[in-house]
Amino acid sequence: MMIWFGAGLLLLIGATGAAVVCTRNVTNQVLALGFYGLLLALMFFVFQAPDVALSQITVGAVALPLMVMLAIARMRFRDRARSAAQGSSSSEGRHD
Amino acid sequence: MTERARNSLFFIAGGVLLFLYAYAALNLPAWGSYRGPYGDAIARVAVYERHVTDIVNAINYDYRGFDTLGEEFILFTAVLGVSMLLRKEEGALKRPASRLQDDAGLSAAVRAVNLPALLVTTVFGLYIGLHGQLTPGGGFQAGVILATGAVLVYVCENTGAFRRITSHALVEITEAFGAGGYAIIGIAPLLAGLPFLCNFIPLGTTGDVFSSGTIALISACVGLEVTASFVLVVYIYLQEIIAGAFPEED
Repeated sequence: MMIWFGAGLLLLIGATGAAVVCTRNVTNQVLALGFYGLLLALMFFVFQAPDVALSQITVGAVALPLMVMLAIARMRFRDRARSAAQGSSSSEGRHD
Repeated sequence: MTERARNSLFFIAGGVLLFLYAYAALNLPAWGSYRGPYGDAIARVAVYERHVTDIVNAINYDYRGFDTLGEEFILFTAVLGVSMLLRKEEGALKRPASRLQDDAGLSAAVRAVNLPALLVTTVFGLYIGLHGQLTPGGGFQAGVILATGAVLVYVCENTGAFRRITSHALVEITEAFGAGGYAIIGIAPLLAGLPFLCNFIPLGTTGDVFSSGTIALISACVGLEVTASFVLVVYIYLQEIIAGAFPEED
């Protein structure tokens, strides 16, 4: 019984991994990545490794998406600041 | 390849994979079974030898403490690299004429939840960090949880408070203290003629917060180091946005 629950969970993780790759918008992709990290944590917990699950939550579902988000925020800020400094009226330069 | 051929190829491959997957799942070892002597051996002796109830942390911070020391310095070096790459170029900062604002303001719900979330996060992080020797957790996880507290302050749009917390030299000192503390705890027993990273502090009662000797102490050091380095990285990334200025390139 538990074997099949674990097997189903692994399949779900595979599908989520594919979804992360298929998501094209970067911001949405980071959210998908965080969800993927949470599922991995759940898998570790189901397979009786609570310590690793906790590490996975902190790294995979918090730290990694956070770092990517911060990098995106910084790039967007530079884009917007640069176009604002140039003073052109059509200054909604966005890189998604 | 046409769309149709590609789809049929995918479904055939998916069907084969599903069959093989079910076959593999049927032939897995029984749920929770463990082959190999080391896990059982260490689970039997660790509670008596080190007075810990979380064996994983006994391995991380004591039996294989030397590995963890290396891992801690990997994080230290990574943070050093990020701060070097993204360092502020002095004197060349260009400030746009109008202050740049983010598009969306905060909703009332986010404002209401932010402070309680910050409190819960901090308390939970401290709990995880101080009980590493008793329950799953330890310094590394606690550090990341505590660092998210600083991010919550920023999310609350309180950039002034965020800067006061993070741009301090204290953060850097804490990081160095955490990383160096681990090494010092490792070297200290050498002075008494004991092996490197030997658990030389009295072990205390199993199940107490102040038990397990150096394990709890090393865990706390790692917690300090991880908290400080994550806060530092977040600040480095957000530096330009907080200042509202960016370096000139040409």
